[in-house]
Amino acid sequence: MSIDIDTARKVAHLARIRVPEDNLPALASELSNILTFMEQLGEVDVDGIEPMTSVTPMRLKRREDVVTDGGYPEKVLKNAPDAREGFFAVPKVVE
Amino acid sequence: MSLNKLTIAEARDALAKGDVTSVELTEACLSQIEGAGALNAFVHKTPEIALEMARAADTRIKSGDAPAMCGIPLGVKDLFATKGVATQAASKILEGFKPEYESTVTQNLWDAGAVMLGKLNMDEFAMGSSNESACYGNAVNPWKVDERQLTPGGSSGGSASAVAADLCLAATGTDTGGSIRQPAAFTGIVGIKPTYGRVSRWGVVAFASSLDQAGPMTKSVRDAAIMLGTMCSHDPKDSTSTDLPVPDFEAMLTGDIRGKKIGIPKEYRMDGMDAGIEKLWADGTAMLKDAGAEIVDISLPHTKYALPAYYVVAPAEASSNLARYDGVRYGHRAKLAAGEGIDDMYAKTRAEGFGPEVQRRVMIGTYVLSAGFYDAYYNRARKVRALIKRDFEEVFAQGIDAILTPATPSAAFGLGEMANADPVAMYLNDVFTVTVNLAGLPGISVPCGLDAAGLPLGLQLIGRPWEEGDLLNHAHVLEQAAGFAAKPEKWW
Repeated sequence: MSIDIDTARKVAHLARIRVPEDNLPALASELSNILTFMEQLGEVDVDGIEPMTSVTPMRLKRREDVVTDGGYPEKVLKNAPDAREGFFAVPKVVE
Repeated sequence: MSLNKLTIAEARDALAKGDVTSVELTEACLSQIEGAGALNAFVHKTPEIALEMARAADTRIKSGDAPAMCGIPLGVKDLFATKGVATQAASKILEGFKPEYESTVTQNLWDAGAVMLGKLNMDEFAMGSSNESACYGNAVNPWKVDERQLTPGGSSGGSASAVAADLCLAATGTDTGGSIRQPAAFTGIVGIKPTYGRVSRWGVVAFASSLDQAGPMTKSVRDAAIMLGTMCSHDPKDSTSTDLPVPDFEAMLTGDIRGKKIGIPKEYRMDGMDAGIEKLWADGTAMLKDAGAEIVDISLPHTKYALPAYYVVAPAEASSNLARYDGVRYGHRAKLAAGEGIDDMYAKTRAEGFGPEVQRRVMIGTYVLSAGFYDAYYNRARKVRALIKRDFEEVFAQGIDAILTPATPSAAFGLGEMANADPVAMYLNDVFTVTVNLAGLPGISVPCGLDAAGLPLGLQLIGRPWEEGDLLNHAHVLEQAAGFAAKPEKWW
């Protein structure tokens, strides 16, 4: 499976990483090389095998559905690049 | 002997006897760190915190209430959240981030009285095998045999370099595909990745959640046993951390492995294998046999597919985990030009904040999870992962107690030597270690000898799930038999 420039552009967009148009051919070829390496997986007979969901057989623990943490908005916002009036601030999203 | 050169066990005994204080140990390490800028191992130093913790530890030791780790100065990989102290995962995208919370693993260590010297270099987001992708620049291996500077391995390269150069008594590391064991092997120290679920992942910056585990990087197997015991705990804040009792690992180092069955997997004998590695492996096998173990040839037929499966599963999980770095809640945010909106903010922030290898893996992960390719890549890789785990289950069912393999395909290579290589060539460093993460097993790297050039080489032992105590005992026997005592000559 080789990745063309359009696919590379689409993947970069889905990943929300800006890639300059000039860099797309190199990116496409790098991603293609990595995928070629992964093609080996096609040789394996996986008939009847369930995809692994948990590496150790375990049942997730249950607990009461109650609030156990919180109540410190100033700590939550402490590292924000832009926080105002108790909220994270971002560029305008609604016209 | 300089105090910074002590092992944890030696320091613990000297502290208990009152021969040294934690402040003295800590000052010895701090002065070594000051003189070791050339190694670029410590990237955020916390001397004031260290001395305050050391004074508290000394008070506690005097009062007679002192767990084994009390007063022991440690380095912490930059991946662990440390309250009020820079935590960046060696990435520009987390520049300036100071967590308001402490990771469970480091909290367990501080509760036991251990002392934090600072944060250690690593590959960005733990993605790499040479510590060349850090925003801090390369960490450097204290081992040197010619004019070249060598990699300490990765991703826990700063941890390995710091322990090997005696800048600290031990360090924390994390291992997603070999990131504790490969750097340990490259620097002549011990590193163990415990069973998946043994150690809490809470507060450890996530790379690939189904594979990540933290573990100790130490100067001896005994130290690994002591420190691992303190790091392990059941943690309600990590739903995958297991509610099992943590045994006294150190007490399990009996030195007796008579009658144990050691598996030698034929699939790990690669074409064109380095002759020094092959000899080391044969020597290690003979040592375990001499100690009374039975050597059994085994087969792990899906080994060949571990690397491609890993390089689907790990980037897939990474692409999802790293979606949180969007310039909104913490870290770097790109400056926007007039007319640019929130989508531009995300895409510019991530392009500026993530280095090339992280961008590559996030995009590969995005691709293998995208509509139309999910089944062909991601689901297939998870099925192959199930088969890799089954291979191990079958040999353990045959009565195998531990498996002996090389830790790495080569000794440490020169920094920059892989700069123009295909990314896949770098991924091959993990060939002997990734299977263990995919199967969730415990694995340990033990320094066993020097190659022809005089660089350290390690062997890996793989254990049964939850049997870290037994695994450490095998490693202890191997360590004693190999008698590895070489240290890097100080040039820094």
